[in-house]
Amino acid sequence: MRDVLDDIERWRAAGRRVAVARVVGTEGSSPRDPGAAMAVSDTGEVAGSVSGGCVEGAVVEAALEVLAGERERGVVSFGYSDDEAFAVGLTCGGTIHVFVEPLDW
Amino acid sequence: MGTVYEELRDLLRAGRPVALATVIAGPHVGAKLLVRPGEEPLGTLGDPDLDRVVARDTLAELEAGLTSTRHYGAHGEAREDAVHVFIESFAPPPRMIVFGAVDFTGALVRVAKVLGYRVTVCDARAVFATVQRFPLADEVVNDWPDRHLAKVGDELGPRDAVCVLTHDHKFDVPAIAAAVRTGVGYIGAMGSRRTHEGRLARLRDAGLTDEDLARVRSPIGLDIGARTPEETAISICAEIVAARTGRQGRPLRDTAGPIH
Repeated sequence: MRDVLDDIERWRAAGRRVAVARVVGTEGSSPRDPGAAMAVSDTGEVAGSVSGGCVEGAVVEAALEVLAGERERGVVSFGYSDDEAFAVGLTCGGTIHVFVEPLDW
Repeated sequence: MGTVYEELRDLLRAGRPVALATVIAGPHVGAKLLVRPGEEPLGTLGDPDLDRVVARDTLAELEAGLTSTRHYGAHGEAREDAVHVFIESFAPPPRMIVFGAVDFTGALVRVAKVLGYRVTVCDARAVFATVQRFPLADEVVNDWPDRHLAKVGDELGPRDAVCVLTHDHKFDVPAIAAAVRTGVGYIGAMGSRRTHEGRLARLRDAGLTDEDLARVRSPIGLDIGARTPEETAISICAEIVAARTGRQGRPLRDTAGPIH
């Protein structure tokens, strides 16, 4: 959270709504530990990261859906699977669980 | 009192210890409890008994600097699975104290700031220890190293670092002698191998034991052939990371096993 505070504050000051995504669990090899955070504004601006770049696109999508009320706040999981070679996953072979929520607290 | 987020923001900016518990699965997904040492928790997870148990566990996680997900019953019962709570500890940033306001110090301060350290530069010579020379340092102190460590040494722990760059026995012997009496995790001292040998004798004369001397990394840094102040700063900071994680600092190509 610490590293995305300045961006969050800038967006809040500009009247933007903000979603926060935090890594809450990992299995196997994963580039970022629990607590790694990403913030997304309702205009699609992004700060921070939750992986080495593997799943950020999908997390932004989930965050924008949460802000638009199209998705409930909750845990989104990303993992590597042989069956879904083109699905979103971590190239390092691990699984991460990301909690996505609006910053309404 | 502002919202949970605003209180968290203010404490993080002040570098104060704080932990945030969030329900990530269960009846009140998103509910928050903010825990601060010595103060009442802020917010609620939706049940007073759950709040009490989670506040206690969160304080323990914060003291240990841990971040994890814990599982409870709806009223905080152990060994149940109704509520999943993500507990995130925000320990204050680690500290680095650099003794010696020399050319290498500016580069070390810059690299240490990138790594998230709260950096203090300390030198007894007022002309060198100035904020203008070290604009990125959180604090520039004009004092003798041993006197400064007598003031702040008790606050230093395993995540913190002391780097002695003075190049002058008059300053670096008292700095090292005072540093080994603290709980600081990393002590490094700059100097050639010849300087190091001479300094070892002086440190023994100052009463340091073999055990004390084994804590001092000197010559400071990993062997990456660093020459410039910037390269040397990378070499020192790489050694600090490796010391904390217990790694050797060899190329990953030449090692096996997990990287993280």
